[in-house]
Amino acid sequence: MSIASTNRMTPYLFLAPAGLVLAFALFYPICYMIYASFLDWNPSQRIGEAEFVGLRNYFKLFGDDAFRESMGVTLKFAAVVVTIEMFLGVGLALLLDRNIRGMSVLRTLFILPMMIAPIVVGLMWRYMYHPTVGIFNKTLKSWGFDGIPWLSDGSWAFASVVIADVWQWTPFIFILSLAALQSLPASAIEASKIDGASGWQQIIYIKLPLMLPVLIVTLLLRLIDSFKVLEVILVMTNGGPGLSTEILSLRINRTASEFRELGEAAAMSNLLLIVLLILTFTMFIYNKAQDARAARLRAVEEEV
Amino acid sequence: MSQQTYDRQNPAFYALLITLVVMAIGPIYLMLTTSLKLNIDIMSDSSSLLFMPTLRNYETALCDFLWYEPEHLRRCDPTFGRALTNSLIIGLISTAITLIIGTMAAYALVRFRFMGRDVVSIWTLMMRMVPPAVLLVPVFGIWTFQFGIDGSRGGIILVYVALNLPFVIWILQSFIVQVPIQLEEAARMDGAGPFQVFFLVVLPLIKPGIAAASIFTFRVAWNEFLLANALSDRNSRTVPVTIVNSLTEFDIDWGVIMATGMLLAIPPIIFTFVASRQIITGMTAGAVKG
Repeated sequence: MSIASTNRMTPYLFLAPAGLVLAFALFYPICYMIYASFLDWNPSQRIGEAEFVGLRNYFKLFGDDAFRESMGVTLKFAAVVVTIEMFLGVGLALLLDRNIRGMSVLRTLFILPMMIAPIVVGLMWRYMYHPTVGIFNKTLKSWGFDGIPWLSDGSWAFASVVIADVWQWTPFIFILSLAALQSLPASAIEASKIDGASGWQQIIYIKLPLMLPVLIVTLLLRLIDSFKVLEVILVMTNGGPGLSTEILSLRINRTASEFRELGEAAAMSNLLLIVLLILTFTMFIYNKAQDARAARLRAVEEEV
Repeated sequence: MSQQTYDRQNPAFYALLITLVVMAIGPIYLMLTTSLKLNIDIMSDSSSLLFMPTLRNYETALCDFLWYEPEHLRRCDPTFGRALTNSLIIGLISTAITLIIGTMAAYALVRFRFMGRDVVSIWTLMMRMVPPAVLLVPVFGIWTFQFGIDGSRGGIILVYVALNLPFVIWILQSFIVQVPIQLEEAARMDGAGPFQVFFLVVLPLIKPGIAAASIFTFRVAWNEFLLANALSDRNSRTVPVTIVNSLTEFDIDWGVIMATGMLLAIPPIIFTFVASRQIITGMTAGAVKG
């Protein structure tokens, strides 16, 4: 083999292993799932033996109250969690964007909750919410109040799950927006200071608008991830009480392993995937638009 | 930077900082202390800060690995020890494989640009958002009926490699772009083949990127529950799966379960302290430019 042909083959050689793995273990399963969502299939059957039922799984889902409720819980969870986390995270970043000693230690401590296994996070919170040995109820009782049914009452359980998620993921938004703040052009802030802008005015008119592109990407990233939350809730409440915390990925898991309806679970996975696809595309298009805008501005500058 | 000065802040600000730190690590601290308590201390009403720390819960969890017989145990339950071995093997091997083939692919995508970068980045982005829950049904079906690798460590490793590859390729691309092409050309002039250029010139230069990518990959493999639960059998269960299994029992032994949770949390905590810079780089890459 000549050197030239080796060189021509190189990129393919480098790409081949990754391409193969992705094709067999990620792309193929996804196509398989789309196909499986049209089948009436239970786990003891091979897929070839499953009966083709067309769109029946989807119709069944839309007529199913439990599914609609769990879709509602998922959307509510994502919206509530992301809103709270954005406000807290960005607020803290604005507040802590100062030249202080130990900032890097602080950031290190803040990323701990994200690095620990979600299973363990769920475990910690389940322990803290425990009606008798948990720290919250112990403290409440020692102050003479009644204990709160953290995980055993529907609306409290939802709030408890939200609190745990806020604890785990606010640092993510904090760190991204802090990075954005620190990469802002110092000249703009300097100029506003000279023009006599107060701290609040600086934040509202200078910092936030300049951070906006990063904030939007952060928001979308977090939104995508909030649909993936599963283990924390699984450990804390397992979807209960009732269906009050049963988010979609939990329902997929239950439909597949408890109800043994693989076709229906696949149809649900498909719907979840579509939601996430829309979000991802939004993010990609937004990024592209930002790049194009930056390029146009640069071109204009060069002309002048 | 040794001469750097810091601004003075007012006391309320420091109070806020301390509150935040307590809130961030309080639950972790609580887990640690609980894992060091006897059940009598856990159940007692007084939320005492004073208790005799004991390693007994850890002895119970790890009895398989101990060279002595803990006297409080009547019978050693090897479940957790086995799971720990599985988790380590699965985590390390899947990280190694992901990184090797991931760096190669990222390098090819950056340097040889035979496909539009856009096409690649949107694909990696799309693959990145696929939640494990969505893969549950197809992976279970395919692994069981077509590949016949359900219940083995190999099957779990394959899913994790596939799950992590898009992110690894994506993040390493941004590091490889920064390697000056002149370096590679110089090496090629000196007669190095493409593989030599890659392994001897490029790889050493992107070490920080590789560090970040390997931490993220290992973390996913180490922490993941859902797919491991669906694919493993008795002998290939990982730690998260055993933890959830022991939770379903009615009477929870909090001391022991917190000790296992702590053991599961220790590697990520160590990584965080050793490489927080790289982790933050990995997290911000893509969202924050520059």
